[in-house]
Amino acid sequence: MSFISLLWVLLLGSLLGLELIGKVPPTLHTPLMSGANAISGITMLAALTLIVKAEGNVPLLIIGSVALGFALFNVVGGFFVTDRMLAMFSRKPSNKK
Amino acid sequence: MNLPEIINFVIDLLAVLLLALGIKGLSKVKSARDANRLAAFAMLLSVVGLLSYYLGTSGIAIESWIWIIIGSIIGSLFGAILAKKVPMTSMPETVALFNGCGGMSSLLVALGVAIFPISGGQENFDFFKSLINEVSISVSIFVGAITFTGSIVAMAKLQGWLSTPGWTQSKVRHFVNIVFAVASLIAFFDLTNGNTSSIWLLVIVSSLLGIGVTLPIGGADMPVVISLLNSYSGIAAAAAGFVVDSQLLIVAGAMVGAAGLILTQVMCKGMNRSLVSVLFGGSLSAQSTASSGSGEYTNITSCSVEECALTLEAANKVIIVPGYGLAVAQAQHTLREVTKKLEQNGIEVVYAIHPVAGRMPGHMNVLLAEADVPYEQLKEMDVVNPDFPATDVVLVLGANDVVNPQAKNDSSSPLYGMPVLDVQEARTVFVIKRGMSAGYSGIKNDLFDLPNTSMVFGDAKKVLNDLIGELKDLGVGEK
Repeated sequence: MSFISLLWVLLLGSLLGLELIGKVPPTLHTPLMSGANAISGITMLAALTLIVKAEGNVPLLIIGSVALGFALFNVVGGFFVTDRMLAMFSRKPSNKK
Repeated sequence: MNLPEIINFVIDLLAVLLLALGIKGLSKVKSARDANRLAAFAMLLSVVGLLSYYLGTSGIAIESWIWIIIGSIIGSLFGAILAKKVPMTSMPETVALFNGCGGMSSLLVALGVAIFPISGGQENFDFFKSLINEVSISVSIFVGAITFTGSIVAMAKLQGWLSTPGWTQSKVRHFVNIVFAVASLIAFFDLTNGNTSSIWLLVIVSSLLGIGVTLPIGGADMPVVISLLNSYSGIAAAAAGFVVDSQLLIVAGAMVGAAGLILTQVMCKGMNRSLVSVLFGGSLSAQSTASSGSGEYTNITSCSVEECALTLEAANKVIIVPGYGLAVAQAQHTLREVTKKLEQNGIEVVYAIHPVAGRMPGHMNVLLAEADVPYEQLKEMDVVNPDFPATDVVLVLGANDVVNPQAKNDSSSPLYGMPVLDVQEARTVFVIKRGMSAGYSGIKNDLFDLPNTSMVFGDAKKVLNDLIGELKDLGVGEK
């Protein structure tokens, strides 16, 4: 991938992000923030790449592994916590205890 | 393109599509939960795609597998446990913590690549390419470090582990932060000149910058900061994408970065604060000491729970204004009991939700949904404001700044211009509050001095429990 095409990717990704959440009811701001936050843990792919390409370099393997741990903490925790919040909205008033 | 590359490309494309659909779906109440799962699935898909790509090309060494498994299990386990255990009231600091760790991850990846250049990166070595590499490493470290330390400070402040030190409210802080910023710039240029050891300087100074910028910001503005840091962690991920040459990382990072910025903007609007004043203005209470409006209360009426119950019984329409104090007291379930009784007596009950009620936009909705409050009863500020003149009783529970009429009447007030709920228009206002302390902004609330306002002092949960007892005695809610 040439640098220029990566810049295009960056630009289009940003525009997509701006468009996607143009209209959101305030109710969903916290879950949305939490969900978007989980997605920012996508950096786990970079950590994986690092580990795969480490070629037996132990310090690099450790750094990659720690980075992967931090990223997955963000991803798994983020999605779970968002789901917990949203589960409360989906509960219908009719089936409350 | 060979076969593994094509497969990887298709999977990446699919993942981007699903992530975009996920973010889109998260903006509608009906689809939000499925959208969240869709996004989670897309993330899983992207991992499978990447791993199968390496399996199909270079292969993955056994020791790599070991470290992948160790890192994944520990990270996922802690994340899942925290997400399950944390109370709903602590949501803002939890998001801050998760976010900080995402930033840390980008930082570590860039650091790893900088210290031990990975194979494949050096193949077509030329000046331009290595410059791009160094710039993206620097950006990733710089933004990642700010995200990490900033988020941790934000979390510590929200948890009450850290208070705002006095010196951070003076002008000195700008000087200190400028020194950090200049130092990181120097480290950056030194790095592009091939001096790899200056990478540590960059790590240290950008970490300090994250602390220095977040520390002076008052509790009221913290949600904005967390949202902004969330945006940063997206940018850090995109920068890491440049470091390891991953389009998927760049797209996803850029999407989160842009979405975070929009959300930050929305929050600032709700609080009538500009992003610049949040970041550089210090905490609101420090500004307000000079304001003439702050002073002593002269006309406070306090009343008993019994009087409050009597007034409620006679009402036709009641509006509840919940604030963060309600959440702190964990009283949302007790509140629901009270409103159930009122509804059974034919009294119309509505909840007025200020855009920044709680500590984040939408935070209060989450807390009330937890207590089984029907979604239709939650009204947003613009919808509910015209209703106040026709309302008999307003119950303010742990809210303060969002019901301060100063924001409309007193142009010298720091709150002036902030959208507020016009509760003073109602016939009677009851404010349930522990004492006369000021809200997040540290500003006196003129509402408390008005003749139609009565204060009911006490812990929100205890007062509401007493209220249930009094209503029972009056026969409310028992047919």
